[in-house]
Amino acid sequence: MSAPTGSVPGPRPEPPTGPEPTAGRSPRSLARRRRREALLRFAREYARNRAGMFGLVSLLVIGALALTAPLFIDQTHLTVTGAPGDPFQPPGGDHPLGTDNFGRSVLDLIIWGARVSLTVGLLATFVSVSLGTLAGITAGHFGSSGGTGGRVVASIIMRVTDWFLVLPTLVLAVALAAVLPRGTGTIILAIGLTVWPATARLVRAQTLAVEARPYVERARALGGGHAHVMGWHVLPNVMPVVLAQTTLLVATSIIAESTLAFLGMGDPTTISWGALLQAARTSGAISAGIWWYIVPPGLAIAVVALSFTLCGRAVEAVINPRLRRRS
Amino acid sequence: MTTTPTAADGPTGAGADDAPAPAGPRGPGRAASVAVYVLGRLLTAIVSLFAVIVAGFFLFRILPGDPVRAMTEGREVTAEQREELRRQFGLDQPLWLQFLDYAKGLLHFDLGVSFQYREPVADLILERLGPTLLLAGTGTIIAALLGLFLGTRAGWRPGGRGDRINTAVALFFWSVPTFWLGLLLIVLLASGRGFMPGLFPTGGMVDPTLTGPVERALSTAQHMVLPIVTMVAVIYAQYLMIMRSSLMDEKGADYLTTARAKGLRDALVRRRHAVPNALLPTVTLIFLNLGQVVSGVILVETVFSWPGLGQLFYSGLQVPDIGLVQGLFVVFAASVILMNLLADLVYPLLDPRVRP
Repeated sequence: MSAPTGSVPGPRPEPPTGPEPTAGRSPRSLARRRRREALLRFAREYARNRAGMFGLVSLLVIGALALTAPLFIDQTHLTVTGAPGDPFQPPGGDHPLGTDNFGRSVLDLIIWGARVSLTVGLLATFVSVSLGTLAGITAGHFGSSGGTGGRVVASIIMRVTDWFLVLPTLVLAVALAAVLPRGTGTIILAIGLTVWPATARLVRAQTLAVEARPYVERARALGGGHAHVMGWHVLPNVMPVVLAQTTLLVATSIIAESTLAFLGMGDPTTISWGALLQAARTSGAISAGIWWYIVPPGLAIAVVALSFTLCGRAVEAVINPRLRRRS
Repeated sequence: MTTTPTAADGPTGAGADDAPAPAGPRGPGRAASVAVYVLGRLLTAIVSLFAVIVAGFFLFRILPGDPVRAMTEGREVTAEQREELRRQFGLDQPLWLQFLDYAKGLLHFDLGVSFQYREPVADLILERLGPTLLLAGTGTIIAALLGLFLGTRAGWRPGGRGDRINTAVALFFWSVPTFWLGLLLIVLLASGRGFMPGLFPTGGMVDPTLTGPVERALSTAQHMVLPIVTMVAVIYAQYLMIMRSSLMDEKGADYLTTARAKGLRDALVRRRHAVPNALLPTVTLIFLNLGQVVSGVILVETVFSWPGLGQLFYSGLQVPDIGLVQGLFVVFAASVILMNLLADLVYPLLDPRVRP
């Protein structure tokens, strides 16, 4: 307390923390304030998780590099014809990580590859999380409070989810990528359409928990329809779980992208980490022992996937006190 | 550090989600309820299998638009050849007839004809089944044993140094793409370049110049080392994590307090009392995670040129050989569904608490 008048009774315009008289404030500003405090609390809890902070910082660095890549990488150097070096130059000199079979700098390729790999990972996650959340909330909501028809719909959704959950994900994704036209969009779709079921199960469980709370009953008694309850009451309360799941799924999606690219399902002209590994394999770098073409892309995938996983576990630990004790 | 028991935990932790409602009737009603349970699981498996077949049909016959174009992509074909292909694969028939034909064939294990090998897909699959079973079976068993052992160590003292190291290593391998690990092992231990001699062969299953059965078996074992190491490294992590959390769920249980009160040593409490119960949900999850084993096998076989189903799948994708890929899709999915059914049927035998 630096303010000398701190102990003087009377109205103070802006107290920094603590409970305050609620009179004279609109409900909306109260809600906003409460939300801000919850967010701050979340950030404080998260910052205490060392592994989570490590993940967050490394992701911020990699994200910044990927975003600013066009500023310091000459794009003509990334084309096969404009390669600045000789083929398979070992690391050192102008090329800190050596060159590939065309003489392109591996370091440049890795940084540029982050753009595609991260984009695909994030968009595929967005697709699968949206699908999973929609399916999970619908199944959970109608399963607990719908009529007979609603319950049938809910059980059908869950059956479909379980079916997808059982199928080997990679086989399904590869099959989708094989029959759809080649391209980054196909890869995103193939991953998004195959990894959503876990999210759906998680969201459904959380929805059931939320729907059992009295305020949902109150909303329903006041005449709230299905859409109102699902969108206004359930969705916000499911979001923390979804957030943790999203972070974990990005890691899965990035690995899946590299796997599909490695199996030759991607667009061969795009530069992604998986495509680089495939190029390394097809150009004979493996048997020639050109380790500087093979180690960096895989390491990049591992670091990004690990960072997302660490962030996801940290978020999980913050929102789920039962996990906090054990991790 | 002791954790307090949490009321939210079910008796079997993670496995409780999938378990049917306990406390069935005893006596004469029991046989009937067992029959209902088994029939229900069988029916679910059959419906899933049917859905797989429909999905396979939809994916490979309808989604690509013109299957003939997909089959002949990147090749010069005349209009007559297209027509011939269309007739050969029955594509001039109405869709529902095509599906009926396809489903009828499946009942006789007729999975269609491979465009690339000009051979029935079923024959190709049977030829390659052995190597895949050998690789996947050995890999899964080693990964499960390793994961269970390390998971027990980690889960008994959560937060300890052993737990932290174990979890960190497992998470790292979990984050690594399977195929990359395989590539690294080849560069490091098989290519013979750099500072390491080529200790292991880079591909295939056996040295074709050898003739004696013992020599061939030894050669196969040598060829298996790197693929197995890759598979184990990627899939043991999930077994470790499951066993760890399962054991942690058991740790606070009353019967362990009783066991300790009897004066049993800590190691004995763990081995005789905690681990057997913690194993239950883990065992089912080993069955349920077979889908991941299938993914792992495809990648490992591709990287190491192991002559199994995974490599066949990869070779089908490169052409693309739609008939072959479709057949393998059905086989992979069906094997996972069957393993799930097995898990559902075996679990009540292992755990009396969930018996119908």
